[in-house]
Amino acid sequence: MTSQNITARKSGFFHDLGTVALRALRLTARDPEAIGPALIIPLFFLVVNIGSLQSFVEGRFPTGFDFKAFQLPVAVVFAVTGVSRAGSLVTDIQDGYLDRLLLTPVRRATLLLGLMVADFTVVCIMTIPVVLLGLVLGITYETGILGMMLFVLIGGLWGLAFTGFPYAIALKTGNPTAVNNAFLLFFPFAFLTTAYVPKQALTGWLSTIATYNPTTYLLDALRSLISGGWNITLLAKGFCAIAIIGGVSFSLAFAALRGRVSRNS
Amino acid sequence: MQLVSGQSAWAIEATNLVRRFGENYAVNGIDLRVAPGEIYGFLGPNGAGKSTTVRMLTTLLAPTSGDALIMGHSIVTKPDMVRFHIGVALQDAALDPKQTGRELLDMQGRLYGLNTLERKTRVEELLQLVDIDSAIDDRISTYSGGMKRRLDLAAALVHQPQVLFLDEPTTGLDPVSRAKVWKEVRHLNEDLGMTIFLTTQYLEEADELAHRVGIIAKGSLAVEGTPTELKKAIGSDVVVARIPTTETSRAAQIVNNISGVQSVEVQDDEVIISIGNGARGISPIAVALSDANVPVLEITLRTPTLDDVFLHATGNRLQERNEAKVAQ
Repeated sequence: MTSQNITARKSGFFHDLGTVALRALRLTARDPEAIGPALIIPLFFLVVNIGSLQSFVEGRFPTGFDFKAFQLPVAVVFAVTGVSRAGSLVTDIQDGYLDRLLLTPVRRATLLLGLMVADFTVVCIMTIPVVLLGLVLGITYETGILGMMLFVLIGGLWGLAFTGFPYAIALKTGNPTAVNNAFLLFFPFAFLTTAYVPKQALTGWLSTIATYNPTTYLLDALRSLISGGWNITLLAKGFCAIAIIGGVSFSLAFAALRGRVSRNS
Repeated sequence: MQLVSGQSAWAIEATNLVRRFGENYAVNGIDLRVAPGEIYGFLGPNGAGKSTTVRMLTTLLAPTSGDALIMGHSIVTKPDMVRFHIGVALQDAALDPKQTGRELLDMQGRLYGLNTLERKTRVEELLQLVDIDSAIDDRISTYSGGMKRRLDLAAALVHQPQVLFLDEPTTGLDPVSRAKVWKEVRHLNEDLGMTIFLTTQYLEEADELAHRVGIIAKGSLAVEGTPTELKKAIGSDVVVARIPTTETSRAAQIVNNISGVQSVEVQDDEVIISIGNGARGISPIAVALSDANVPVLEITLRTPTLDDVFLHATGNRLQERNEAKVAQ
């Protein structure tokens, strides 16, 4: 083939999306330090929490309460919340590589959406070891294989919904320290909820906060797949929680993207 | 002149281009035209507005006012169309250190809509330019500065743009790498007919490569023309007399009255005299200074350089600024 007739032309939205996502996935595989801790920490906490609290918590609730099944969704939340390519996006900004991308006809939205597609893939994969450990620990799913697959999907969607926050910070500040500090957002979402005991055991202000914390409804949805059977109401509330978090975080992230790629700044 | 595409006969046509940051005018009313197939050298010191102009022409930055057409497409209203026609190598090589050179070039091709076979063809062709052999499959983080610059240039060429913007492409390169870039710029222009807009702070580079040169100072285009025209415009020859700084003003007054002297400028301890015939005029200058008891440390005769043009246009030398920058 001769190169004489090779010229630039407009490609489709999904072509751009795939190009950006493929690069992000390739670099994620070369960046094990970015996902290693996120993979190990939830497994560690799952084992430790069960080992230290199972007898205590189960002893305080009616017969049949399974603390292992209760804890597994918490480990999933730990595994997927905050995992993103926001750090590498800051590097792209600082190295000028984002400018190189902006010089091409690539659709601007795909520069962020492509990263999110990669993140969704990564967090779904990261949910799998947690699920497998759960199986090893004897946790079974009342909703069967389908429920287990939905469990992974919901975990992935939650991780995806949360990525907007670090991306918003990365695009707004271009500062790696600020992005690293985004994990602070994780704490109220993960701990001011029903992470360790059921909601009826929470009292006072923590119970009030847990009522308004979307993570509570996410955990309820995930737990229902393990020990409650198909409960459409709980699942719908879980998806609503994801939609609310995703709506807020994506709005912030895309507003920050608009600011970053604006030619007027 | 035929229309290249869209509305203009020029590859680049900027009209009253202005860019303001707060109250500061980084670019203040630039008009310029670059013909298809031309190498245009955009010369100026750091902070003169070169990079801001390039960022506007390449659609990274919107002008505060004014407009420019690139291959007939407006940078204000049709930036998407402009991007199909241009290739850009910015001042600092904009690369992703975690990708390999091949991956980076392939991704560039994908972003410009090339199919798999086209990308493979172009990457193989560009390997000759990059000239890094098997290192093309190594991560970019392992490349030297010269290799990164050449890869950056290759990335700008993947889609065979009609207009290539090179923002200080050889700054920081060793002489060998610089010569390679120059050779490639000539090849792109002469063999492929590519229009090249080249910003540089190196006079030698502009003199060597550019068909026409525009000198920018404080955000405005101070002077424009071919290097030969610009040099001729300030006189046929230049006599430089090095004199203690306390005497330079008096010396300038003395030589200004000598027949044949076209202009006199003082720069630190140098009195720079533009003169029609240097060989004939240097003796009267030396005699006049001697008769007036002006101590002359050194007197030299030379043909004008672009640095003289720059001095004439802006009141400062570019060469010294660069040297001072290096010294810092």
